[in-house]
Amino acid sequence: MNSNNNILVKLNNAGFRQSEKWLVEGVSLTVEKGKIVTLIGPNGSGKSTTAKIALGIYKNIEGSVEKYTTKVGYVPQKISIDWTLPIRVYDFMLLTETIEDSAIDEALSLTGVIHLKNKNLGSLSGGEFQRVLIARAISKKPELLVLDEPVQGVDYTGEIALYELIKKISDTLNCGILLISHDLHMVMTATDHVVCLNGHVCCSGSPIDVAKNNEYKALFGEKASQILTTYEHKHDHVHSDEGEIKKN
Amino acid sequence: MFDDFFIRALVAGIGIAFVTGPLGCFVVWRRLSYFGDTLAHSALLGVTMAYTFDLNIAISVFLISSVIALILIQLQKKTNLPGDALLGLLAHSSLAVGLVVIGFLTFIRFDIMGLLFGDILAVTTDDLFVIWTGGALILIVLKLIWKPLLASTVNYELAEAEGLNPDRAKAIFTILMAAVIAISIKMVGLLLITGMLIIPAAMARNISDSPQKMVLFSIIGGLLSVILGLYSSLEFNTSSGPSIIAAALILFILSLFKIKQSIKLKN
Repeated sequence: MNSNNNILVKLNNAGFRQSEKWLVEGVSLTVEKGKIVTLIGPNGSGKSTTAKIALGIYKNIEGSVEKYTTKVGYVPQKISIDWTLPIRVYDFMLLTETIEDSAIDEALSLTGVIHLKNKNLGSLSGGEFQRVLIARAISKKPELLVLDEPVQGVDYTGEIALYELIKKISDTLNCGILLISHDLHMVMTATDHVVCLNGHVCCSGSPIDVAKNNEYKALFGEKASQILTTYEHKHDHVHSDEGEIKKN
Repeated sequence: MFDDFFIRALVAGIGIAFVTGPLGCFVVWRRLSYFGDTLAHSALLGVTMAYTFDLNIAISVFLISSVIALILIQLQKKTNLPGDALLGLLAHSSLAVGLVVIGFLTFIRFDIMGLLFGDILAVTTDDLFVIWTGGALILIVLKLIWKPLLASTVNYELAEAEGLNPDRAKAIFTILMAAVIAISIKMVGLLLITGMLIIPAAMARNISDSPQKMVLFSIIGGLLSVILGLYSSLEFNTSSGPSIIAAALILFILSLFKIKQSIKLKN
């Protein structure tokens, strides 16, 4: 079946319907080792649904999902934890897999929350909790990482650092990443493939192709398209102080 | 050694506390106290079945409780009624049917009070065997499904996404609930079993900061409740179930002081 050994998960014309309403339909995409695939689209366009289809959380789907790995790390968009359960950050790190203490410490240090290791999960702020979620997902050294808006609630400098971390993880672990992000700079600089959703795949391809796509412009507006194209522009030249353009 | 009825009751109660401790934590975490109540109410039907067909009470109760749990799952899928309404429906109708059937069984003398509130005089050496082997099996199975069950208690989608099969863990846990009710019904009584599950766990919640600690304290709380409760039951000639639950309540009240302290420390 798997002609390409690098494929981790493949969606073939996948869709999901909840009480007669299509949340998303006709999505085809492939996540390969070492590659970052980003889903973008407006609210309610089916980004999280697509991620959940890829993860196998939704069972009665249209189309098909081929999954070639069981080592999965997931950062969900919304997580509500019931505080009747006393649980420390440390316990949470061990939730789905038994990992060594050194790996736990390493992951918590990478996301900058090692000092919270013995804190109760309920006492964390939104941004701190988000960092713990990312640390948990990467500490198990997964082959496939699914990140659903992983930096929501994180402060601006932290956001950049975490995106750099995600890029680094994809390179060092050679894992495939399915990312949902609103950060178009991240989409531009680190992503290999962009899928633009609006209930269906409205366009997909390399970031620059998508930015130039008319449907993308119609969905996000001219400005968003400019952000992406400007961004690529930035890579082939630098501006001197006088505004003179210097080729790289 | 087991000739003395009181020693038998003590050994039985200790065995039960080892099992209700960890299971009770999950009942509290997963908000299943009313579910536990429903299974316990349906146990009366199991007891009448045991008398009618001359079966072992624990096995008969286990079977009926499991069937009620299955019916509940089916009703949840097929009707639009909310979960608590379905639980109430099953709890009270199975209790009612059980009592009606008892009315028909005029040839057997029933000790209704003993069934509802527990009777330490009723514990036989056979019961000890059922409680300890059954209890050990329940704990082994719980240990095996601990990770997926805990993970899906924290977050279902996380557990499902990372390949832990939470649905299977939940189904197995339901069976364990039926089993724990089956082994503790004689001792604690069907109206008070849920108390034995919840109160030590609630006490443990007040003094723990991790799931493992809560399980440990819940077991210790259950053991103390059984020992204190049974001695006072002997002393004051009260039913065993209420005495055990009252002892658990006292421990719970004591644990509240610990919360007060930790709140003071924070301020």
